[in-house]
Amino acid sequence: MATKAQSRMTPLKLFSYTFVALWLIIAAFPFFWTFWGSFKVQADFLSKADWRNALYGANTIAQTGSAFTAEAYRGAWIDEEFWFNFKNTGIVVFFTVVISLTFGTLGGYALARSGFRYAFWILMAALVFRAMPHITLVSGYLLPFFEWNVWGILPTTIIVLVAINQPFTLWMLHSFFKNIPKDMDESAMVDGCTRFQAFRYVIVPVMWPGVITTGLFSFLLAYNDFTVAAMLLSEENETIIPAINSFMGTTQVEGKVMYAVAAVVSTVAPLFVLILFFQRQIVSGLTAGAVKG
Amino acid sequence: MKHRTFFWFILPTLSAMILFIALPIVSVFVQSLFVAHEQVLVVSESCGPFGCTPTTSVDLEATEKLREEAPLGRFNGLGTYFNRSHLAIAEIGEAWANSDSLGTFWTQIYNLPFYNALIFTLTYTFVVTPAVLVLGLAIAVGVNNLPRALKGPSIFVSLLPFLVTPLVGSLILFWMVDGDGVIGATIQKIFNDPSLSLKASTALTWIMLIVYGIWHTLPFSFITFYAGLQTVPDDTLEAAQIDGASKWQTMIHVVVPHLMPLVSFVTLMLIMDNLRVFEPIVSFSAEAHARSLSWVIFNDLRESGNPLYASAGATSLLTIIIVIFLMMPVLVRTWRDFTRKSH
Repeated sequence: MATKAQSRMTPLKLFSYTFVALWLIIAAFPFFWTFWGSFKVQADFLSKADWRNALYGANTIAQTGSAFTAEAYRGAWIDEEFWFNFKNTGIVVFFTVVISLTFGTLGGYALARSGFRYAFWILMAALVFRAMPHITLVSGYLLPFFEWNVWGILPTTIIVLVAINQPFTLWMLHSFFKNIPKDMDESAMVDGCTRFQAFRYVIVPVMWPGVITTGLFSFLLAYNDFTVAAMLLSEENETIIPAINSFMGTTQVEGKVMYAVAAVVSTVAPLFVLILFFQRQIVSGLTAGAVKG
Repeated sequence: MKHRTFFWFILPTLSAMILFIALPIVSVFVQSLFVAHEQVLVVSESCGPFGCTPTTSVDLEATEKLREEAPLGRFNGLGTYFNRSHLAIAEIGEAWANSDSLGTFWTQIYNLPFYNALIFTLTYTFVVTPAVLVLGLAIAVGVNNLPRALKGPSIFVSLLPFLVTPLVGSLILFWMVDGDGVIGATIQKIFNDPSLSLKASTALTWIMLIVYGIWHTLPFSFITFYAGLQTVPDDTLEAAQIDGASKWQTMIHVVVPHLMPLVSFVTLMLIMDNLRVFEPIVSFSAEAHARSLSWVIFNDLRESGNPLYASAGATSLLTIIIVIFLMMPVLVRTWRDFTRKSH
């Protein structure tokens, strides 16, 4: 219960409120601005003359007759075939998440239940692998992939993303499985189950909260990836993030910056929905392993 | 768990990591030892009415054949590591001998591509990381004091900058700070200088990238610290209050020490992520003034038509060594914790 002393407004408290408010504005404003501006024409979105144009859309009204236009979205999704990149991203994300969770749950469970020293070494190696900048690994893939003729196709990218994702998945699921009491699967084994049966019938039914949290982060990694997809995919298999980057190159010249703006807003929208529904899981995932120690 | 069962459980994940993380590192090392073939030159004499002159031409067929036979190129040993684009030992020695003050020596070092990228990467990492730690803690405390109904929405709003990929996040900011964007144009008006551009000067570009970095990673430290704040025991806080500690003193002497383990976790994560700074440079098209190690590797691989695998390999390996070196304190500590627990 808050005492009178605690609820009193002190200068320190006032300062901290202002600070939080300032941060929230800085965090949210760019997204709001870009979202609003994506329904305007370029002369309004990047308006040197008067920033209020971006709010009221003076040029948009002059050019299209209405204060809002979906022209940028039409251009990006239909003319530049952004839907195609979205489809590629969908495929990559789906398979990356499914495969890395399958590998990760098996491995994470084994690491959580094995007290041997090599289990620790695998976790250490995973931590070091987690720290590798992705581009350093990509520079090792290119030559062999060209040689084997597997460069540029989606399956290669999926398996690479699965591998890059493994260290994180392993750590997260390892700490999650550690919190499931050992007694559960051990008593199943006393009753005559093999280790795998114990895993299948005792652990699998209770593991879903942890798997969903980990899956969210696998999703984010695959969805947000630029480095791997930009280097390993040919143009016809491009996913959304490299596609936005190549939009920037071509549209800047043609004065079609709004296409890129629309593509960016379309990319952020699914994340917005994701946070809306899974905020609790994301927060618990971010702090897993940290708070528990 | 028996060794055998353990092996079967860990096999898929382990083979994925060995095949696509450990082996590529070996592959990077191998390709850094080779350089591209030189073109095969043939000298032929062309004789005309005024005598013979030797001409040199490229034997395309032989060059192609050589490339086919040994796609890696010719063996160069550690040569690539020490050349001008990487460690540049000779150039440093020369600069040391020729420069009369530390300032000129520093300028010469700064102009070497590898050191240039290294200086930016380290500056970025070691400015963004502490700033994010301090600001994150401040926001966490602020949000913790908010009325209950406001906590959820503030976390929701804060998550976006962190979850949006750097390429897209920095594009969103770029459109605002660009000369025509809302912030860029306002700054030009304030200083009454229509040519003022954040992209035009090195210092402003660095500041812009660092500000972006803070904006992007702040949510992570904020949320971790916020979760940590929920675990501070009320009794200790009350005891501090009874002993007459002010809010500020409670903060410094009770809350911060309680969060210390979290600080080292957040620091580790931030250092790992900040060291790979790359996408903002692409989005802001800042490469004229700021290059990171990752960007240099990317650029080598993108070299149109003729990727510089050796150069990219050497930079990659040097980067990996730097990353491991910076992580060493954490690795050693984890190792100590583990051995203490098991004995």
